[in-house]
Amino acid sequence: MEKKAINDDLASQKAVADSHATPSTVSEPLHTPLYDEHVALGARMVEFGGWMMPVQYANGIIEEHKAVRAGVGIFDTCHMGEFRLIGRDAARLANIATTNNVEALGLVQAQYSFMCNAQGGVIDDCIVYNFGDHTFICVNAAPLQSDYAWLKQLRDQRGLDADIINESDDTGKLDVQGPKAAALVQKFTGTDLSQIKFFWATKGDVAGVPCRISRTGYTGEDGFELFFPIEETVKLWRLFVANGAAPSGLGARDTLRLEASLPLSGSDVAAPGNRNPVWAGFGRFVKLDKGVDFVGREALQKAADDPSGERMVNFFVTGRGVPRTHCSIAKDGEVVGEVSSGSYGPTLDKFIGMAWVRSDLSAKGTELDVMIRDKPVPITVTSRPMYKKP
Amino acid sequence: MENPRDNKYTNEHEWVQLDGEDALVGITNYAATQLGDMVYVDMPTIGVTVAKGEAIGALESVKAAADFYSPLSGEVVARNEALLDEPGLMNSDPFTSGWFLRIKPADPTELDDLMDAEAYDEFEKSQG
Repeated sequence: MEKKAINDDLASQKAVADSHATPSTVSEPLHTPLYDEHVALGARMVEFGGWMMPVQYANGIIEEHKAVRAGVGIFDTCHMGEFRLIGRDAARLANIATTNNVEALGLVQAQYSFMCNAQGGVIDDCIVYNFGDHTFICVNAAPLQSDYAWLKQLRDQRGLDADIINESDDTGKLDVQGPKAAALVQKFTGTDLSQIKFFWATKGDVAGVPCRISRTGYTGEDGFELFFPIEETVKLWRLFVANGAAPSGLGARDTLRLEASLPLSGSDVAAPGNRNPVWAGFGRFVKLDKGVDFVGREALQKAADDPSGERMVNFFVTGRGVPRTHCSIAKDGEVVGEVSSGSYGPTLDKFIGMAWVRSDLSAKGTELDVMIRDKPVPITVTSRPMYKKP
Repeated sequence: MENPRDNKYTNEHEWVQLDGEDALVGITNYAATQLGDMVYVDMPTIGVTVAKGEAIGALESVKAAADFYSPLSGEVVARNEALLDEPGLMNSDPFTSGWFLRIKPADPTELDDLMDAEAYDEFEKSQG
């Protein structure tokens, strides 16, 4: 038995991390404040986006996945990045840097969005918040430094009056996810969580710790992303774990988001212009008519008008085999696309994936093959989300 | 989980257990733990002749893929069909119900080249 290169999303994300690497990230992987907690819980630690992170704990990915679907799980997401934008043009800068319409946000509302390049390719995906006196943006770990540099460059290019404060090093983040997440967090806060709708947020204390409480996540379940002073991370982690949250690693995070048809930045949506969010099927987060000349607008308008580009589809494997990132998609022996994410979906109990395929082969029900170890394995294009919470 | 004392082992983390004229083969608990939750196995067809060291099967967990290298030369005489529906047996019970193949050895002296349990215990420790 020899474990081969893990041809999976983590590996491709690592490649993205490398391609984004700046001098500050080409060094020893960083540790979040929870490193010792993870190791003590029997986690297998892997390098991810410049950080040593738990891919799974002792019970394994499938158990963690099921715990999040049925109860509540907790993820260390301290590696992710947070920017606070202040000043007269703060919201305007966010609106130029991202594809969704920041001006449409109500107070303490959040929106999923993309930072695109001029070709319409995805630099990163993010969540943008309107906190009234500032705009808050949560970004991925691997491209954090390049995102930050890009925002500053964009501000200077457009002559905007905004300060971009990179709070990533001072911000702890935990994702508490699952149907029982609200009940768990509610035990420790005076904030009435039932008043926070999906993709809304508030500021409030949790166990005495001042938090941004955001009803968002990356699992397809109800839940919260909590942002707080980083020195409080171990205290909050231990509190939630002691009260029933199952520690869950990057492996479960990946299978949960894949079942929920949520894209992985750098893999499913990525920097090449032909992996743009419009052709990926996320056009509802791209507001071409928002009245702002945002980065990538022209290219994305062309993409919206052009039916010929490859499309991102979701698929079920109907034969036997595990699709992995970069496996070819074929039709009658001809290569017509490529897998951008693939794995086993524990809740669906199916092998599933996302792939970029020729546009005329992207309709639901289309039968194609995924090439696994040079053999065609039948798949069927399906609609998204592949998993929807009950 | 203890490595069974009567088995022989390879440095690819496979075990071999003599059973009459045949040999049962599988992966060790160490291998199964390293791979994580197994979700798919690809097995050779019955009757095929395999060479020692040849990649004859594929094992896939949620996050990883691995080849299964034949620890012996010989003929595949049976496969653990239960793994097709329940590959997780390789995690939960790697040395018994999680067996992979039954091979009729072409040259039983090949077994002499494999590690005994004590040597494999040491080898496993050295893997860190």
